[in-house]
Amino acid sequence: MSILSTGAGELLAQLNRGEITSVELTQACLNQISQNDMNVGAFLHIDQDYALEQAKAVDNKRAAGESVGPLAGIPVAVKDVVCHKGQPCTCGSKYLKDFIPPYSATSIEKLQAADAVLLGRTNMDEFAMGSSTENSAFQKTHNPWKQDYAPGGSSGGSAAAVGSRMAPLAVGSDTGGSIRQPASFCGVVGMKPTYGRVSRYGLVAFASSLDQIGPFGTDVTGTAALLQALSGHDPLDSTSINKPTPDLLADLNQPLEGLKIGVVKEFQADGIDEDVISATDEAINVYRSLGAEIKDVSLPHARYGVATYYIIAPAEASSNLSRYDGIHYGHRAEEFKDLTDMYRQTREEGFGPEVKRRIMMGTYTLSAGYIDAYYVKALKVRRLIRNDYDDAFQEVDFIASPACPTPAFKIGELINDPLAMYLSDMFTLGANLAGIPGISIPAGMSSEGLPIGLQLLGPPLEEARLLRAARMFEQATDWHQKVPELVAQ
Amino acid sequence: MDYKIVIGLEVHVQLLTQTKLFTACTTEFNPDAPNTQTQPLCIALPGTLPVLNRHAYELAVKAALGLNCSIAKFTKWDRKQYFYPDLPKGYQISQYDMPMSFDGWLEVDDADGHKKKIRILRAHLEEDAGKNIHDESGRGEDSKVDLNRAGTPLLEIVSEPDLSSAAEARQYLDELRLIMQYLEVSDCNMQEGSLRCDANVNLHIVQEDGQIAPTPLVEVKNLNSFRNVEAAIDFEVERQLEEFQLTGRKWGDPGVMKETRGFDANRGTTFAQRGKEDAADYRYFPDPDLAPVTMTDEEIDAIRKTMCELPADRRERMRTVYELSDYDREVIMNHSPQLSDYFEETAKISGDGKQAANWVTQDVLRELNDRDLAIDEFPVRPVVLGAMVKKIVDGDLTVKSGREVFAALLETGLSGNSLSPATVDQIIEEKGLAVVKDTGAIEATIKEVLSRDQNAKSVEDLKGGKQQAAGPIIGQVMKEVKGADAKMVREMILKIVQDS
Repeated sequence: MSILSTGAGELLAQLNRGEITSVELTQACLNQISQNDMNVGAFLHIDQDYALEQAKAVDNKRAAGESVGPLAGIPVAVKDVVCHKGQPCTCGSKYLKDFIPPYSATSIEKLQAADAVLLGRTNMDEFAMGSSTENSAFQKTHNPWKQDYAPGGSSGGSAAAVGSRMAPLAVGSDTGGSIRQPASFCGVVGMKPTYGRVSRYGLVAFASSLDQIGPFGTDVTGTAALLQALSGHDPLDSTSINKPTPDLLADLNQPLEGLKIGVVKEFQADGIDEDVISATDEAINVYRSLGAEIKDVSLPHARYGVATYYIIAPAEASSNLSRYDGIHYGHRAEEFKDLTDMYRQTREEGFGPEVKRRIMMGTYTLSAGYIDAYYVKALKVRRLIRNDYDDAFQEVDFIASPACPTPAFKIGELINDPLAMYLSDMFTLGANLAGIPGISIPAGMSSEGLPIGLQLLGPPLEEARLLRAARMFEQATDWHQKVPELVAQ
Repeated sequence: MDYKIVIGLEVHVQLLTQTKLFTACTTEFNPDAPNTQTQPLCIALPGTLPVLNRHAYELAVKAALGLNCSIAKFTKWDRKQYFYPDLPKGYQISQYDMPMSFDGWLEVDDADGHKKKIRILRAHLEEDAGKNIHDESGRGEDSKVDLNRAGTPLLEIVSEPDLSSAAEARQYLDELRLIMQYLEVSDCNMQEGSLRCDANVNLHIVQEDGQIAPTPLVEVKNLNSFRNVEAAIDFEVERQLEEFQLTGRKWGDPGVMKETRGFDANRGTTFAQRGKEDAADYRYFPDPDLAPVTMTDEEIDAIRKTMCELPADRRERMRTVYELSDYDREVIMNHSPQLSDYFEETAKISGDGKQAANWVTQDVLRELNDRDLAIDEFPVRPVVLGAMVKKIVDGDLTVKSGREVFAALLETGLSGNSLSPATVDQIIEEKGLAVVKDTGAIEATIKEVLSRDQNAKSVEDLKGGKQQAAGPIIGQVMKEVKGADAKMVREMILKIVQDS
């Protein structure tokens, strides 16, 4: 098996055993990028010298017998929304085209402390708003399996980078499914942790109460290792959970016994792709064969999820994006009449259509006369949705569902149908509204040869068990070993 | 026309914290180096997050307790959203529907000298904006923004419309400032913008039929001195009266909106500011980046225990314990809490509040002003001044000699020598200023002086009942016996002349 088709967990082990060097691995990733990224478009920014410099430093550390961090030498791609001091951070937006943060996110500092090799910055929907990465101001990203298909979004660049084995691991952010949906589309593992598990300090905000940084990986083990490194309380983030992170790797290979898995009645709706339905049924059968009990559960308010989400997320976004006003940094229109016109022109030029759409929706739902009918009511429904999950987890350990109603759709297919695009989040955004962890794992292929992901949702703070459940599935199947053609075997 | 003036004040007080409300960035007043006190959060860099400065919150609780407010056990943060260049996030973190404190009051004296309670609706915590600096050269250069101040903690104190005159408004502000200063919550330095005031003013005009007609409500913004607050109110009263007589427009009439006006300090007039096109909609909503704040009874009590005596209580004590005149008391208390402490110590040591007050309000304050010293820097400490005043009170030193001693003490102290009560004795001895209580010696001197030829005429006059003739003789006696008490010498002279 080539170095590229080796899973992230195994690569970490090989690095630790000295069987491969970080420079070899990093160079292999860089080669894969230079050979294929012109077709995939996963990366916005690559600094080869910087990547190799980090790799060399880790190899030297190891050679000198110094202790190294838990991600020592493994390349990690980072969504272009997490501030890294001195590196570009465009958020896929023209507004931040030339923005170079003077400080690093807590996540970046943690990755550096873990001795990871920060490989480059990946493409995304502008300000993480979108489900196809088509909303990037800079480039389209193509699904590594079929290039006329979208990689999903908003973390499409990170998912495509891992899917095409340009990086064994990547960091994304998930506000309504922005990690799990592209993971599903690109055939990789992607996880949204419990809200507050990973610090948001330095993550450019989309919707503060929903945003969460999380890992992508070519396998569950690598994903767990990356999440372990990212997690932990941060005094710089008031919403960070002040509880120790459990060891996510210690029992990872131990199957869970007496497992109860819930299947949500309300998720069995029209409009779900046949291949997705059968792959999901198949996956559930795998769990059954591993001794799990499968139970029906009800999430009575699930059908209000999309509506609730698309009130709360744009409301927060409209506020979070007010800072992009052309005064202090970023884009400023060259021609304007007065202050108001400067704001108007700057934002007109700096933002793409989806971002403008959400700013307008959010501004509307927070306006006097409308806030009670929309925003305040949405907060109440959010509470009911959270209660639904609490109730369901009284009965089952995890909830299984498709990550998305369909496999990857074609680039351009939904871009002019925002509502259809929003509906592709229907299975994922509940976890963000409820603040619970969720994971998407490769669990099948469509008749067209596109990956299908299985989503598992767990109770708050149960990442360790959730990863174990995912690992059980991975050990029993070989979906995660399938790679697209552009990966040389 | 009979009318009542109705005034409510909104006061912004900058809290005395080392760091800003939501980030560990210094709050120093530093207009000469703009944008140097700007951590990533202060300039609203993408990805930055606020974390509450708990010390600022506790200071705000202390201030609110000083204003007799109830403290909320649970409160949250809201975003007040609007675009303005000095507001880098596009929103201000403030408190909308759940202020951290509410239902307080302050007392002022009304026109008849009666105590009047002014209710405080709420006091809430929020972050300050930066400062826009416009080109004043007339060359139309770009405006600039200084964000050094952005994020500094502000307490916004909103009164009920209970004030009925400019004088009451002034008293309210004086008292509020005293409370903040005594509690060491704010320095209330208006030049540096650490206290700012907006005044809401209208009139309740009694019409011929006895009905009350309220004039349209006006908010005068950004009043930067107490004198300007008074002047703006006085001007508004006249202006609103005239306008009412002209137009008859009332608050509550269709189309009548609250008007925002500025104040021109040079002309002493208010002026209409460009009206906003629509009513401001700040789209307040709870800030998802911040956790709600809880305060337990124990925590509130702990803060209460750190509070010093409030100005109102201190004023009462000054009156009863030291028997000070209203004037002396106000001079001392309004100067600073430090001068009040200085006075009280001096009064305790000397045993005479009135005498101590005379020295503090006249001699000490004069020297502080002349030499531009803060009371803490003044070398004659209360233990020394008190010892000197005690000598005067005990009759061991005359007030006149006291002035000489005081000057010598100050000179000694300013040249770097340490002072103690012993220094007082030393100076008195060196200068021979001790009061001579030996009446025998004084009597002998008087007799000697009376026997002088030059005084024969005066003695005659005295015998004839012309008491003012004693003057020159007193002078001569005092010259011979330094430190004699002039009043006693006069009495003795009169007695000796009469007995002779």
